Amino acid sequence: MLPALIFRNAFRHKLRSLLTLLGLTVAILAFGLLSTVVEAWYAGAEGASSARLVVRNSISLVFPLPLTYRQKIRQIDGVRAITTANWFGGIYKEPKNFFPQFAVEASTYLDLYPEFVLSEAEHKDFLHDRQGAVIGEKLAATYGIKLGDTMTLKGTIFPGQWAFVVRGIYRGRDAKTDVSQMFFHWDYLNETMKVRAPRRANTVGVYVVEVADPTRVAEISRVIDGEFGNSYAETLTETEKAFQLGFVSMTEAIVVAIRLVSYLVIFIILAVMANTMAMTVRERTAEYATLKALGFGPPFVMLLIYGESLAIAALGGGIGIALTFPVATAFAKAMGTLFPVFVVSAKTVWLQACCALAVGLISALFPARSAARVNIVDGLRSIG
Amino acid sequence: MSAPLVSLRDIVKGYRRGQQVVPVLTGISFDIAAGEFLALMGPSGSGKSTLLNLIAGIDRPDTGELIVAGERIGTLQEAELADWRARHVGFIFQFYNLMPVLSALENVELPLLLKDMSHRERRERGELALSMVGLADRMDHAPSELSGGQQQRVAIARALITDPTLIVADEPTGDLDRESASDVLRLMQRLNDEIGKTIIMVTHDSRAAEYAHAIMHLEKGELSGREAVR
Repeated sequence: MLPALIFRNAFRHKLRSLLTLLGLTVAILAFGLLSTVVEAWYAGAEGASSARLVVRNSISLVFPLPLTYRQKIRQIDGVRAITTANWFGGIYKEPKNFFPQFAVEASTYLDLYPEFVLSEAEHKDFLHDRQGAVIGEKLAATYGIKLGDTMTLKGTIFPGQWAFVVRGIYRGRDAKTDVSQMFFHWDYLNETMKVRAPRRANTVGVYVVEVADPTRVAEISRVIDGEFGNSYAETLTETEKAFQLGFVSMTEAIVVAIRLVSYLVIFIILAVMANTMAMTVRERTAEYATLKALGFGPPFVMLLIYGESLAIAALGGGIGIALTFPVATAFAKAMGTLFPVFVVSAKTVWLQACCALAVGLISALFPARSAARVNIVDGLRSIG
Repeated sequence: MSAPLVSLRDIVKGYRRGQQVVPVLTGISFDIAAGEFLALMGPSGSGKSTLLNLIAGIDRPDTGELIVAGERIGTLQEAELADWRARHVGFIFQFYNLMPVLSALENVELPLLLKDMSHRERRERGELALSMVGLADRMDHAPSELSGGQQQRVAIARALITDPTLIVADEPTGDLDRESASDVLRLMQRLNDEIGKTIIMVTHDSRAAEYAHAIMHLEKGELSGREAVR
């Protein structure tokens, strides 16, 4: 009978309960969506390998590194493999169609990134075609690109029109893998630059280094940077995660603002829900006094109020969590490749559930205490 | 001679209003025997409801000795007092005080949640109690689907279900029409006559008081007389 009493009480004022439920659902949904946006912001860093180092010019990423560094880095003790990458920064049809494009050392790049899963046949096709490119499946789906299609990019850092033939479409090893990138041959870029701007040829943006023992990354980073100390292009070596977080930190204020807003939404619904519970308790003072007169103690009265608040919170939270998945999918689709990884994580769902639980518990805290303290004689005189 | 069920000695009770203490009961002493049906009458503010609240254990006297069902209830802790009420007192209120979201049967069963009893046992006892008050065909009705008289009968069934030592009724017919009031009073009289329930009833209505064995009059917080009716 106790669950029946709690649930029927929770929906006694249907309009009020439904509006509270709606508010809670929207708040939990908004919280989940905003948390997913924040996670998407960090997706690159989260997906980074602990065994990969990125070597860049210590002045700025804008300045390239000489190609001659490759051999020296490869020979350092603890370095298992090395590859190169150049940020290309081209425009596909329109500037709003943003996605990362890299000119990479085709023969080695995918070996260092096992999370980009490509069929053997497509890998071979890519290696054999100097104008070939590999794109992520999300990119292919967003712009309707198929194998064999030609993609033309307008260069911004490397001027001119650049035509590529899609030779492979990679999948992600897991949900955290960015499947909206494009890779093509550094050789193609370099040879074209030799003709168009010879001074910019034979340089790379970054070296990506795989270390044999991830516990030695700090030591190997120091050795690499020491190797090129006092040279005309000093290096800064950091883990891939630190490298990615460097980009995120440039927009940290936005991330902090989004996080604040997400918790603010929860705080607002907490205030709304606490007000609902306070009104409820005020209206039912005579009922709580009756229960106490019949011999029910303050814990029973508190249980009724906590139960009612938690029932609304669980229902609103549950619906909000359930809606997060389709809404996030639609949001990701609308955003195109802006967020390469946009997945509602288990952590987000847990946080949503915890927020709903906290709203349920905190909003009942003061009403339950006041109901438990109702003086029976005064309570029986009150009119709900 | 057996001990009275209710024994009051020099009971004093006042209420604080701002800085002032307003006296309500000023040294009341009397006994109520088991099986008695007593009506408490008096003008508004005479202290009859306060006296009933003290006997029912939902309020405490400022001074004096109050023994009900063998217990000095003025000295009990809050939790002990709640437990004592659950065992010894059945309540009938003027406005019925039923839980609006529960059916008639669920309302009657409610006090049994405090007993170690199975769902089935509760249900059987609830059905029996509702049958006793003539509402066997209204068990699944919500209070809002019942008339005032029927709601008060549900409240009587709820007061009976734990087989309490004492039933207290505060203006049980105050919100009812004459016919329903007579039904309720006859039912209370039957409970007293047939199963020997001790009933203490506060009422304004002298016709209602005639259903009791005796009427006790209060005026300005003092007993002004006691008369036998039946």
